[in-house]
Amino acid sequence: MKTSNKQQRNRKETAPRTASLPVPSFPRCYKESSKPHKFCPGCGHPITLHEIGMVVDELGIQNKTAFLIDIGCSLLAWDFFDIDTTQTHHGRTVPTAVGFKRAMPDATVIAYLGDGGGYAIGTQHLVHATLRNDPITVIIINNLTYAMTGGQMAPTTIEKQPPTTTAPFDRTPDVFGTNLKGPELVLHLAMPGAFVARTAVDNPLHVRMTIKEALLHQQKNKAFSFVEVLSFCPTNWKTNAQETFAWMGAFKETYPLFKTITGTNS
Amino acid sequence: MPRAKRRETKEFMQGNAVIAHAARAAGATSFYGYPITPSTEVFETWVQLCGNPHKPALSPVTKERLSYLQCEDEMASGFALIGACLAGKKAFTATAGPGNILMQDAFSAAEALRIPTVAVIMQRGGLSTSTVIYSQEEVTLTCFGGNGEGFRVVYSPSSLQDLYTYTLKSFNTAWKYRYPTFLLGDGYLGKMSGEVTRYPMLKREYVTPEPILLGPARQKSLSTNLRNCYDQEEEINSIIEQYRSDYARDSKAIAESESYRTRDAHTILIAHGIVASAAKVAVDMLRSTSARVGLWRPITLRPLDVPSLVSAVGNARRIIYIESALGQMSRLINDALIAYSETGKSFDLPAVRSLYAPALGITPTEIVEQVLKKS
Ligand SMILES: Cc1ncc(C[n+]2csc(CCOP(=O)(O)OP(=O)(O)O)c2C)c(N)n1
Ligand code: SF4
Ligand SMILES: [Mg+2]
Repeated sequence: MKTSNKQQRNRKETAPRTASLPVPSFPRCYKESSKPHKFCPGCGHPITLHEIGMVVDELGIQNKTAFLIDIGCSLLAWDFFDIDTTQTHHGRTVPTAVGFKRAMPDATVIAYLGDGGGYAIGTQHLVHATLRNDPITVIIINNLTYAMTGGQMAPTTIEKQPPTTTAPFDRTPDVFGTNLKGPELVLHLAMPGAFVARTAVDNPLHVRMTIKEALLHQQKNKAFSFVEVLSFCPTNWKTNAQETFAWMGAFKETYPLFKTITGTNS
Repeated sequence: MPRAKRRETKEFMQGNAVIAHAARAAGATSFYGYPITPSTEVFETWVQLCGNPHKPALSPVTKERLSYLQCEDEMASGFALIGACLAGKKAFTATAGPGNILMQDAFSAAEALRIPTVAVIMQRGGLSTSTVIYSQEEVTLTCFGGNGEGFRVVYSPSSLQDLYTYTLKSFNTAWKYRYPTFLLGDGYLGKMSGEVTRYPMLKREYVTPEPILLGPARQKSLSTNLRNCYDQEEEINSIIEQYRSDYARDSKAIAESESYRTRDAHTILIAHGIVASAAKVAVDMLRSTSARVGLWRPITLRPLDVPSLVSAVGNARRIIYIESALGQMSRLINDALIAYSETGKSFDLPAVRSLYAPALGITPTEIVEQVLKKS
């Protein structure tokens, strides 16, 4: 799958202009041939991907970014960008990013994965990348469920929500234990100078600013950066738009937004 | 002979150390691993070669810094290795037994994405954790581990010198043909010490690695989007068919074997790895009693050197499989012979006998006894 930037830009420039309609601003690093994208309507993934694209454009790093994606709904982004990418295995995106970054330290390396990939099958990799302060950016899309496989319980599922097929009578702590808070875990483990944040897709500009800081942190401070994005999955939450936003509001009580550089306020 | 021109040094070394030295001579710059007996000294020797991480030694080939990472587990080691290869570096790992099982996670991804990983497998006892010592029971796992078709290259060295030669070669094969490549040794070979001739890589043999992501395509503003997950049966089917024809083509250049005193032999011994060294001694012992015995030894277990196999066994009356496992090698060979006979070429399969000693070493005397045994 190879298309040149130039070809894409030319195509854009020669396309007839519909002056009366507001043209949505798509990042230049989007791969046009893969649009419309493959995510469900109302999904949070493409919101975050849009913001990643805007940041890549703004920082001018399209030609030096490696975007590594997990298996989960993130896999649908394999050709989302005109950026070099690879799919890995479920949970193995962080170590792939670690190996890549060590071998090519000037590249901007992003590991993009779901909460199942980051906090269940790949937890050990997240823990050790944090401990080593690997200078990569890990972005975890927390939709509180295993979305790709049809809505099973995730480590992030909270007691009543979202509904899951593997804890259909609620995730009661007596049976299932408690939920995992990724950024808080990272905070406990990180060396001083790591960037750790949680943001949410109901505020795309907040997502953008957070990801921009994370990528700049990787480039300038050569330290670990970690962003959890609270994200919508209306398909598995079985919510309409209004409910989706209401649930997101409620989830922020369990998973509060924050941003910090470790070791600076202790 | 080009070898004569090389700056050769003879040294007394342990097998696992030989591999680390050969990897450095091959232009490898990094190692990702998790300790496991009997492979650990590959890692430890590499660490010594890297020196102080604050002032690391440089590769004699690329002048880049040598590095390593002790990972949290074998999945991390395998995938970090994939990451380094994606970034265009010759990198490697070493593992064994249960570590080999876990690392198949990454090797199956490397097979799907055609990533030139190099992995040293030092076989320990089979069946789970087993012994830390020796067997030939990781043949099937190394050749076919994962839900793939075995589009891999697997070298089976027989001696300490082979460890040097085929480690050096593994990196070039991996990067030239883009298959995950394995050096399948065993605990005896890894832990024994002896004299080895070391020599630098010849410039004309050296295959220069290129980044797979952020490489030459990116400089022409072409994006590379690798995938291992597909929507339709037909999509993945066409990838597998493509790999199959690539592998059939490349096999001709990659496959290697040794035929020892096979020309007039009525009995052909077939053995690989360290067992083939014992079989070679047995052939000489039997020849001195004028028994017409030869040895055919696959140097690559994947792909097999089928033309050489067929010419070695084609005129023989019987073949004897000898291995420290219950037929993991012989299944590969039987399959190849059946596939060959399906091509319609006239070929009579000789009588087959076996000396299987799972997880045990096999001596030349035991092999001689097997050959002389009346059916
Ligand atoms: C090793 C392995 N185990 C299980 C699966 C099946 N699987 C695919 S995606 C997934 C869960 C994805 O959940 P998450 O990481 O939260 O991503 P999401 O789809 O929610 O974005 C699972 C269990 C797999 N592909 N590989
Ligand atoms: S299942 Fe959920 S996370 Fe996956 S694409 Fe659909 S809405 Fe998005
Ligand atoms: Mg999820």
